[in-house]
Amino acid sequence: MLIMRHELLLIAITVILLLVEIFLPGDKKSRVITLAILLMTAVLILGFVPGPSGTLFGGMYQTTALISMLKNILNIGALIVMIQSADWLRKPENKEKISEYYILLLSTLIGMQYMLSSGDFLMFYLGLELATIPLAALAAFERFKEKSAEAGVKFIFSSALSSGILLYGLSMIYGTTGTLYFAEVGPAFTGTPLQVLGFIFFFAGMAFKISLVPFHLWTADVYEGAPVNISSYLSVVSKGAAAFILTILLFTVFSKIALMWSNVLYIIIILTITMGNLFAIRQQNLKRFLAFSSIAQAGFILLGIIGQSQYGMTTVIYFVLVYIFSNLGAFGVVSIISNRTGCETINDYDGLYRTNPRLAMMMMLSLFSLAGIPPVAGFFGKFFLFAAAANHGLYILVLIAIINTIISLYYYLLVIKAMFLNRSDRPIPKFKSDFYTSLGLILCLAGIFAVGIASTIFEAINGLSFGLY
Amino acid sequence: MSFLLLFIVIPVLTVIGIFFSKSHMQVKWTAVLGMSCQLITAGILIYLFLAARAAGNTAEILFSQDMVWYKNLNIHFFIGVDGVSVAMIGLTSIVIFAGIFASWDVTDLPREFFTSLILLSAGVFGFFISLDLFTLFLFYEIAVIPMYLLIGIWGSGPRHYSAMKLTLMLMGGSALIMLGLLGLYFNSAPNGGPLTFNLIQISKVAIPMPAQRFFFPFLFVGFGVLGALFPFHTWSPDGHASAPTAVSMLHAGVLMKLGGYGCYRVAVFLLPGAAHEMAWIFLILTTIGVIYGAFGAIWQKDLKYINAYSSVSHCALVLFAVLMMNQTAMNGAIMQMISHGIMTALFFALIGMIYGRTHTRYINEMGGLMKVMPFLGVAYVIGGLASLGLPGFSGFVAEMTIFVGSFQHNDVFHRVATIIAASSIVVTAVYILRVIGILLMGKIKNPEFNHITDAKWFDRMSVVTLILGITAIGLAPLWLSDMINNGLVPVMQRILMAGPVIH
Repeated sequence: MLIMRHELLLIAITVILLLVEIFLPGDKKSRVITLAILLMTAVLILGFVPGPSGTLFGGMYQTTALISMLKNILNIGALIVMIQSADWLRKPENKEKISEYYILLLSTLIGMQYMLSSGDFLMFYLGLELATIPLAALAAFERFKEKSAEAGVKFIFSSALSSGILLYGLSMIYGTTGTLYFAEVGPAFTGTPLQVLGFIFFFAGMAFKISLVPFHLWTADVYEGAPVNISSYLSVVSKGAAAFILTILLFTVFSKIALMWSNVLYIIIILTITMGNLFAIRQQNLKRFLAFSSIAQAGFILLGIIGQSQYGMTTVIYFVLVYIFSNLGAFGVVSIISNRTGCETINDYDGLYRTNPRLAMMMMLSLFSLAGIPPVAGFFGKFFLFAAAANHGLYILVLIAIINTIISLYYYLLVIKAMFLNRSDRPIPKFKSDFYTSLGLILCLAGIFAVGIASTIFEAINGLSFGLY
Repeated sequence: MSFLLLFIVIPVLTVIGIFFSKSHMQVKWTAVLGMSCQLITAGILIYLFLAARAAGNTAEILFSQDMVWYKNLNIHFFIGVDGVSVAMIGLTSIVIFAGIFASWDVTDLPREFFTSLILLSAGVFGFFISLDLFTLFLFYEIAVIPMYLLIGIWGSGPRHYSAMKLTLMLMGGSALIMLGLLGLYFNSAPNGGPLTFNLIQISKVAIPMPAQRFFFPFLFVGFGVLGALFPFHTWSPDGHASAPTAVSMLHAGVLMKLGGYGCYRVAVFLLPGAAHEMAWIFLILTTIGVIYGAFGAIWQKDLKYINAYSSVSHCALVLFAVLMMNQTAMNGAIMQMISHGIMTALFFALIGMIYGRTHTRYINEMGGLMKVMPFLGVAYVIGGLASLGLPGFSGFVAEMTIFVGSFQHNDVFHRVATIIAASSIVVTAVYILRVIGILLMGKIKNPEFNHITDAKWFDRMSVVTLILGITAIGLAPLWLSDMINNGLVPVMQRILMAGPVIH
């Protein structure tokens, strides 16, 4: 029981929300928001209570202190997204669907957690699908909007395709090794041509989920069409979970062909970072803008994987944690402004600082964190990732990545320029944020500062990731 | 707790104070209060430092404090000062103090302006007291990034363009630095043992030559971008011309010194072997920079551009002297940084004040200003004379030392470079005297200028502080020179050990 505590807790609150949905009278539906957030907070806190490690179902399910922590990190991201959605859910057209929203969100989270805890490829695939399918429903959540419906369809198609590719790869791996258990695949995986082919299909499928170039094409369209909070969930929690499991699998199951996959990663990193950055420069819509910036960030995450060490694993986890706070901070601002005014392009943000200084400051700090400017946490995250890759002697790759941070700084500064430097005849009017929006942004702000300066977080992660590689 | 922490704590407290200030005036007085404390602290630091040295404390680093920050990576928060950094801290506190007064008439978003300005200064102070490369780099970036907002919001002319250009070029430089620092870190223990970012510890390690050759250009060019190394100086004229007064002062006066100090303290000090091998490449570049900046200044009509190009020339001289790698020239380099820092801050302050009165920066449209604003006029002449190296002012001491030091090399290459660089003094005299002639002497060209008033009290505060600094160094250079020499001794030992003996 306790071994599976994270998932069971989430299932429990999902069921509670379902029951509440049935028994709560229609005019009190908005109370579900508070209830869901409180329950999720409880889950998050309980998740930090240390529990036993071990395996279940004959090794299909496993958990360790490291995996528990990864789940906690995902919980943090999900909680912030739930808080940030409150304002949007209160809109009249969404009021009827509040519980559905939270239930769908929680089921994807459960899927991700099963995926992280999987001990064999079957469980892994089940978790992956559970994480993906409700997301398609969420992307199409504003079904009366054409773009949102389009996003849902695009998402389901592309993820079905990527799942198919991934399954095909898994079937090859199964065929050549005769087993699906990670612990048994690893030693049997010697790198025969068919196995390598299987690995390539598997990797391509995962690359879809993390939206690495050249498998990134769905990202911008889906992010643009989906509700802002779902885009942020996709870009942070969903991507983070996929990056975690990819790191774990590459380090454990595929460690015998590390030389090969690090060469693949080398090229993919350069492509992903550069393409993501170059496309982001041209974007006017902030959601598309953040979509391409998140593609580039995914490339940075891979820098830690290519470091191939315990330290590399630590930096990946640490960077995802930093990235959750920074990206959710930026998305939070975009979300509230989009809800209140419908403005989503960079030009609409002209003169934002003069009307809404706090939101503009928050946006600036988040973007600085994404760009890796001290003293906010992004700087530490990026520096450590670069150090992980440099530790492996990949100075040229690090140089390309660092140059790319300058390109990324350029387009982040374009947004800052709009908010701080430009003047506008019709600026976004001054408005007061509600309690939940402020809370969400304050959490992000605290995270952006605390994660960098408090070195204990990094050390705690490092302590746990020991022994994985 | 080390006394030096005050240099970071005071700006942070000031920023918090500014945040809670109610009115425009309160903001400004909070800033003045904070930066006066900073100036006093710097004075106390200089006194304590000299007293400690006089008492026979010969430790390489004084007032040091070492706190572990990131244990796994062996990143420390390690601060301490030697003679050179004490001098740089003194310079910074003078310039920021004068800068607050020079921006007394900022009316648009004053709270944000002073916050950014003081954050910038916090980054600079942090940079000079850091002895751990990680924190050094962190403070370096903190010092650079507020520039974007400062120029972009409060600047003039093509400010958006200039701000973006400056920020991207400087951050591009810092990208190279970051790679260089990672290289230093992973080569900091060639014989095994824990890797370190500790500057002093790395300086005692013989980094393998291939690594030195690979990383030296990154570090030198990276810091060189901020130190206006030709051909990476192009951000400087645009940036300085567009920036508001106090920002130009701080940027040309202090921030560009971060580049020179970084080249000296990190690139040359930690990678002396490669520095000896590659110095000639950069010597050519800096020699071009010295001459190019001086001739560039002649051609300009805009006062700020004139001064910006002259800064390029003077800062190139700093790097030139650093690359000569002997005690005298290095001493001159540090002296030049301090002298130029104060001098150029004075110039930019005066240009800002003149512009505030005449509403033009084109020298052709001005004339005879000495009659209507004698105080500012005289101050401008003093600044000009100091800039062209008249004895009695700081510029002379610095340039003299540099050229004496660089002439100690008796091979043709160094001699020729020195002669070319020294000839820039003549060019400097041309543009300085020409500007003074057009700007201050003669008849008043524009009748509206007859109603111009002379300096207000806050203008005088700013100008007097800076002039005191220039003359103090010019008339009594020895205490400063001794202090710098004192800090240079261990550095020079290390550099000379790695390279050919220089006569």
